[in-house]
Amino acid sequence: MRRTFAILAANPLSLLGLVLVALVVISAVFADFIAPFPAHRGAVVDFANFNQPPQWPYIFGTDLVGRDLFSRIIYAYRISLVLGIVVLAIAVPIGVTIGLLAGYLGGWTEYLLMRLTDVFLSIPPLVLAMSIMGVLEPTLTNGMLAVTAMWWPWYARLVYNITRGEREEGYVLAAEVIGASRGHVIFREILPNCMPAVITKMTLDMGFVILIASSLSFLGLGVQPPTPDLGSMVAAGATYLPDSWWLTVFPGLAILVAVFGFNLIGDALRDILGADQ
Amino acid sequence: MVAQPAIVQRRDAMTPVLRLLAKRLATSLIVLVGVSMLIFAIARIIPGDPARIALGPNATAEQIAALRAQLHLDQSVFVQYGYFVADVLRGDLGISLYTNRPVTTDIAQFLPATLELILVAGAMMIAFGLPLGIWSARYKGKWADNLIRLISLLGVSAPSFVWAVILMLLFAFYLPLFPIAGRISDDIVVTPVTGFLMIDTLVAGNLRAFADAAWHIALPAFALALSGIGQAARLTRANMVETYERPYIEMARSYGFSERRIANRYAFKPSLIPSLTIIGLDFAAMLGNAFLVEAIFAWPGLSRYGVEVILRKDLNGIVGTVLIISATFLIVNIIVDLLIAFLNPRIRHSQRAS
Repeated sequence: MRRTFAILAANPLSLLGLVLVALVVISAVFADFIAPFPAHRGAVVDFANFNQPPQWPYIFGTDLVGRDLFSRIIYAYRISLVLGIVVLAIAVPIGVTIGLLAGYLGGWTEYLLMRLTDVFLSIPPLVLAMSIMGVLEPTLTNGMLAVTAMWWPWYARLVYNITRGEREEGYVLAAEVIGASRGHVIFREILPNCMPAVITKMTLDMGFVILIASSLSFLGLGVQPPTPDLGSMVAAGATYLPDSWWLTVFPGLAILVAVFGFNLIGDALRDILGADQ
Repeated sequence: MVAQPAIVQRRDAMTPVLRLLAKRLATSLIVLVGVSMLIFAIARIIPGDPARIALGPNATAEQIAALRAQLHLDQSVFVQYGYFVADVLRGDLGISLYTNRPVTTDIAQFLPATLELILVAGAMMIAFGLPLGIWSARYKGKWADNLIRLISLLGVSAPSFVWAVILMLLFAFYLPLFPIAGRISDDIVVTPVTGFLMIDTLVAGNLRAFADAAWHIALPAFALALSGIGQAARLTRANMVETYERPYIEMARSYGFSERRIANRYAFKPSLIPSLTIIGLDFAAMLGNAFLVEAIFAWPGLSRYGVEVILRKDLNGIVGTVLIISATFLIVNIIVDLLIAFLNPRIRHSQRAS
C-alpha cells in the first residue's frame, strides 16, 4: 500500500491526479470552513448581486439568484463524492459476487446470471438510469439506486471473465483436491486474484459515477434544487450562454477536474497492479 | 482463371461467419426478450395508478375503472406482460400521453436526427481515435505520445454536455466558425425521404444544402465523439504497445520495413479487434449521451421527447423510447460482432464454427 502510494507520487501525471483528488476531497469534507458563503448552498436569494461575473469576493461569479458559485461548487463536490462512494459500495459487492458465482459454478447458474448481466448491459447506461429515474421521484436516494442498477453488471462481467481463467489454475485445483468448500475456493482463493482489477476499475469508476450522476441531474432527473449539483448548475446556466459564461463553464470544469483526477490515479494503478481490462 | 479460386475460397470463408450470425441473432433475441421484461418491470414499479395519472385528478371512479380494464391493469402482471408483448409484435407501442399521438409516430419523427448525429460522431470516433492511438504507440514515451495520452484522458473525463458547452463557446461564439444550433439553415427546404438530412440533401442533388447540413452537424457530433475518440485512442495504444514487444515486429524491423509500415500494418492489425469492441460499446454510450448534446445544441432529436415523457411519467413514451434505443444498440452490437468475425482470420478460415 505504502509502496503503491510512493510509485503514484513519483510519476508527474499520477501526482497531478493525487493533487486534484485531494483538492476535491478536502473541499468536500471541509466545505463549511472553505466556502466563503456557506449559506449559499441552500435557497438563499440575493438579488442585489445576481448574475455577477467573477470578481472579489465571488471568484467564480454569482448565479441567477445571487448565490456564490464557488461555494455552491464546493458543496456540490460533497454530494458527488457521497453518491460515488455509496453507489460503488453497493454495486461492486453485488457485481463481484454474481461474476464469481457465474464463473466458478458454470452450468445453469452461469447461463442465467450472465444473460441477466447481458440484459442490463443491452440498455445504454444513461438510458437505463434515466428510465428508472423517470418512474421514481427525483431524489438523491433514487438517483443512487438508478446509477447502482446500471453499474453492477460491469463488475459481474469483469470478475466473470477473470474467474473463468482462474478456475483451471493449479492453486484452485489444489484447493479442490484437499476438500476445500466451494465458498472457500470462491471467496478465499479466487476473489483475492480478482482484486487488482476490481480496485483499478473502482478508482476509474469513482470519476465515471460522478460523471453519470451529473449527466442525470443535467437532464433534470437527479438531485433537485436548491441542493447544489454540478450537472443541474450547468443546465440552469445553459440558456444564458454566451453572456453569462461563468454559470456553465465553472461547474463544467469542476466535473472535469474531479473525473480527470480519479482517471489519472486509476490509469497509474492499472500500470502498477498490472490489471488488464 | 485467377478469379475462380478466390470465389471458392470466399464461399468457404462465409459459412462460419453466417453460422456465427445465426448464433448471435438467437442470443440477441433472448436478450431482447429480457430487455422487454426489464423495461416492463421498470414501468410497473411506478408509484401510483397509471390509469389515474393518465386521466388526471378530475376523473370519476367509473372512468378510471374503464381505463384500467382497457389497459388490462385489472389482470395479473403476467397477463399484462403478454398483452404488452403482443402489442409490441404488432408494432403498436401505444399512445403517448405527452403528444397524444402513437409512440411509433413520435419516434419515427425524432429518431432519424439522433441516429444521424450518432453515426457522424461514430465516424469521427474511428477517423480520429484509431490514428491517434497508432501514433501514440509508434512514438511511445515521446512528446507526441504524452500529448495524445493527455488529450484522450481529458476527452474521457468530462460528460459530453460539458464539451458541448466549451466547443460552442469557443467555435460558435468567440470564433464564429460554426452555427450555434439546429440541423440546417432556415432558408433551406429539404423534402424528407429518410429523415437523415445528409442523405436527403444528396438524394435531392442539393449540394449547398448538404454542405449546410454537414456544417450544422460538425460541432455537436464532435462534442459527442470526444470521449469515444479518447477511449479508442487509449485502447488502441495499449494493445499496440503490447504487440510491439512481439518477436515478429523485430523481424519486420530487421527486414528493413519502414516504421510507418510496421505501425500501420503489423502492429495495428492485432489490436483492431479489441478496438472495434470498444467502439461498439462507445456507440452504445452515445445513444444515451446524445440526449446531453442535443439539449445544448437544440438538436431536434429524441432527447427533448425522451426527457419530456420521463418528466411527465408518460409510460408508453418511456417504454417505447427505451425499447427502440435498446433494439438499435443490439443491432449495432451484432454488426460489430460480425465485422470482428469477418476480420478475425481464425474465425473466418475455420472450417467448423464452434
